[in-house]
Amino acid sequence: MEPGEIHALLGENGAGKSTLMNVLYGLYQPDEGEILVDGRALKLRGPSDAIAAGIGMVHQHFMLVPVFTVAENIMLGAEQVRGGIAGFLDRRRARREVAEVSERYNLRVDPDAIVEDLPVGIQQRVEIVKALTRDVDLLILDEPTAVLTPQETEELLTVMRSLKAAGKSIVFITHKLGEVKAIADRITVIRRGKTVGTASPEASRDELAALMVGRSVRLTVDKQPATPGKPILQVAGLVVDDDRQCRVVDGVDLTVRAGEVLGIAGVQGNGQTELIEAIMGLRPTLAGSVTLDGEQIHGWSTKKVLRAGVGYVPEDRSVDGLVKEFSVAENLVLDIYDRPPFGKGLALRPDAIARSARERIAQFDVRTSSAEAPVGTLSGGNQQKVIVARELSRPLKLFIAAQPTRGVDVGSIEFIHSRVIRERDVGTAVMVVSSELDEVIGLADRIAVMYRGRIIGIVGPDTPREEIGLLMAGITPDRAGTTPTGDTPAVAPEIPGNEDTE
Amino acid sequence: MSTTAVPDVAVAPVDQGFWTRHRKIGAVLLALGLLATVLFGALATGQQARFTLSETEGGAALEINGTVGAILFGVVTLLAGGALLAGVPKRWFTLVLGVGLLTFVLSFLCWQVSAAPEGRNFMPLVNVVRGTFILALPLIFGALAGVLCERSGVVNVAIEGQLLMGAFSGALFGSISGSVWVGLVAAAVGGAFISLLLAVFAIRYLVDQVVMGIVLNLLAVGVTGFLYERLMQTNAERYNSAPRFSNWEIPLLSDIPLLGPALFRGNLFLYLGLLLVLVIHIALFRTRWGLRTRSVGEHPTAADTLGVNVLRLRYRNVIMAGVVAGIGGASYTLALYTFTKNMIGGKGFIALAALIFGRWSPTGALLAALFFGFADQLATYLGAIGSAIPSQFLAMLPYLATILAVAGLVGRVRAPAADGKPYIKG
Repeated sequence: MEPGEIHALLGENGAGKSTLMNVLYGLYQPDEGEILVDGRALKLRGPSDAIAAGIGMVHQHFMLVPVFTVAENIMLGAEQVRGGIAGFLDRRRARREVAEVSERYNLRVDPDAIVEDLPVGIQQRVEIVKALTRDVDLLILDEPTAVLTPQETEELLTVMRSLKAAGKSIVFITHKLGEVKAIADRITVIRRGKTVGTASPEASRDELAALMVGRSVRLTVDKQPATPGKPILQVAGLVVDDDRQCRVVDGVDLTVRAGEVLGIAGVQGNGQTELIEAIMGLRPTLAGSVTLDGEQIHGWSTKKVLRAGVGYVPEDRSVDGLVKEFSVAENLVLDIYDRPPFGKGLALRPDAIARSARERIAQFDVRTSSAEAPVGTLSGGNQQKVIVARELSRPLKLFIAAQPTRGVDVGSIEFIHSRVIRERDVGTAVMVVSSELDEVIGLADRIAVMYRGRIIGIVGPDTPREEIGLLMAGITPDRAGTTPTGDTPAVAPEIPGNEDTE
Repeated sequence: MSTTAVPDVAVAPVDQGFWTRHRKIGAVLLALGLLATVLFGALATGQQARFTLSETEGGAALEINGTVGAILFGVVTLLAGGALLAGVPKRWFTLVLGVGLLTFVLSFLCWQVSAAPEGRNFMPLVNVVRGTFILALPLIFGALAGVLCERSGVVNVAIEGQLLMGAFSGALFGSISGSVWVGLVAAAVGGAFISLLLAVFAIRYLVDQVVMGIVLNLLAVGVTGFLYERLMQTNAERYNSAPRFSNWEIPLLSDIPLLGPALFRGNLFLYLGLLLVLVIHIALFRTRWGLRTRSVGEHPTAADTLGVNVLRLRYRNVIMAGVVAGIGGASYTLALYTFTKNMIGGKGFIALAALIFGRWSPTGALLAALFFGFADQLATYLGAIGSAIPSQFLAMLPYLATILAVAGLVGRVRAPAADGKPYIKG
């Protein structure tokens, strides 16, 4: 690493990027090898050693205490105290320090705001300020753009440039090629825990992707134009609260037709999760209706919804999708274990379950040592294939996939995508929810953008990304002209030109 | 600055229609006021209800005609309920609710005192206040032990065991050495011993903290019960006759009417308990230790990435909790009673309730403990004046209040986010 350099660390999920950086930050201990800073070997026993050596890190999942104020979060661990042994906090000084740093790097944050009330983009800013107050020279950003809207991402890139200008070095971990090309000075690609190459930002996307996964992959999904049939799922005026009784779905209307893929795009936490859970009967609806093929299904139990011909890939496979301790075979019949041929009366039929499991494993290319292996021992991609195999083994009217490829390797992504399209082509209505915009654009025939509990726009898949990005940030094309989006100059001027694609 | 334990989270307010939480509480208060005015008013007699400012019938007293008092206070409750129902500004809510509940209790007392037989129809307020504090004291120590533990993310169900072990070792070593101070130190060590077991199993071996707490309570009952039978019962002279802290009168303060005799002629434990509430409250919200403790209880991973040693801090807090609870146990055996088998008798669990009722804040826990102590004291008093209400019914009150509190009916009760979750690095 050079001073004042932005070094991108590129790799697939699970390639070892985050682990490497956690070692560098002192959270994990290396088994062998050493870390050199300014030519000297460094032994990091914990994060405080790393901080002392001038290394700061912004974690993928923010390391902020939600109920604390910004200032409290920033001073934690490096508190300025008065009163000797009693150690009274010097809040005034902490506040001043926050103000100074935000001023110097143009990162505005309110030191007295409670962190959990802040939007994700601002929370990330707090994280960066936190690192900067500790006088770091090297800042590690672990997947910083995963939770941001395209506009917030743009802002972050601006911040990174100004930090670079101030002489800070940045390690930027990501698997998004576009961002790497936009900002990095040097690129290191990691695969399965090994450095497989370095590249300059001039390298093409395809070259980088090939380095990343080790062979050339298709980044787009091959598919024929859809031939939509009659409406299968109709959602009207749906209102849903989350666990904290906050309104997160606020009057959603949707229609999904047979033989089409409706993609739902949006930054995470805008009600997508709760919308799907409400359709599946996992969460009570407060108002509105859900109709499946002409039948009212809201208020039904989840089991009844599933039996009515709905396939469901939940967004968190380890919590909602699988029982990790159960075998692959058992997980494959979780939904129909009590139906013939798998169950009869009170008894299960293990031979029937095993036979069907073998078929399914072959059909869906699940890489497992045996059908009896606990599903938790499989890789993320293969776990996901088990769920997809289970859900697509029933005759379906509607297939709902939430974040179908999160934390899944590129090979499995391709496979799962092709299965989703195949399901569409046999006339199933398909709904895909994803926070990866590329995935939604690749799969969907129509894209509904969700923002703060509402569908704020439905667009075609050939709509420019920037426009969808603005929708994800809650800016609709007709409002954009009047909304001064001064902080995103790179994108805002393009809007008028985009309107003719509507 | 977050001086409250549970900052009101500014999530998008949900439109609940007319029946907000404040209005629901107002409606309940209104019903209570109606009950007080009609029922207590009708049952009260025309006798004077005397509230004496001393320990006896004589001396200065507040007097009111029973019927008049019951109805008057009932009407105030009614008005407070009506005000809440009509909607008052948010910052007045607690005040109005407090006034409503207080007048309801006063209305009730007017009825009870005026209906008592001649010669017993007075209430010595000094006794009531002092009794309230004495009964609340073990709860205060216990709840503070809970605060120290749970704010750092370790659930402390073992308060009962810590109190009991403190009471036992205080009595034992106090008796052997003949010194109250040795007893006090031994009590702290005894409580810390139970805490150390909790810490090692919960933090090092990741045992479920609730299960571990219950097991430790049973262990404390077993060990102290066994030693009590083997040592104390066979040779009470030697092993169970600990010296006691005498009452210390604080000059000037003890001359304040009502509060003076009730609060400032107490023993070391009373002063220590109240002081600890203050110290821990300030420390928790104003010092480096407090910030780190709360961060570890809310988001230990975040604290770890900033160089806070999560496990060491938890060990330290859990053991400190044991010291506090141990001293609380000694407030029995080094001031009031000789040790008997299982003498804590569930107070540790009520302390846990006070902790939750008080929303994991030291001052909140103090108020909750005083409320429980008052209900206890009232039950005793009503028994003494031959009230028509079974005293068991009153003794039930604290638990009823706790259930309502835990069910979230009395404001948002939010535990530290990482409470009870072991921290595993990486």
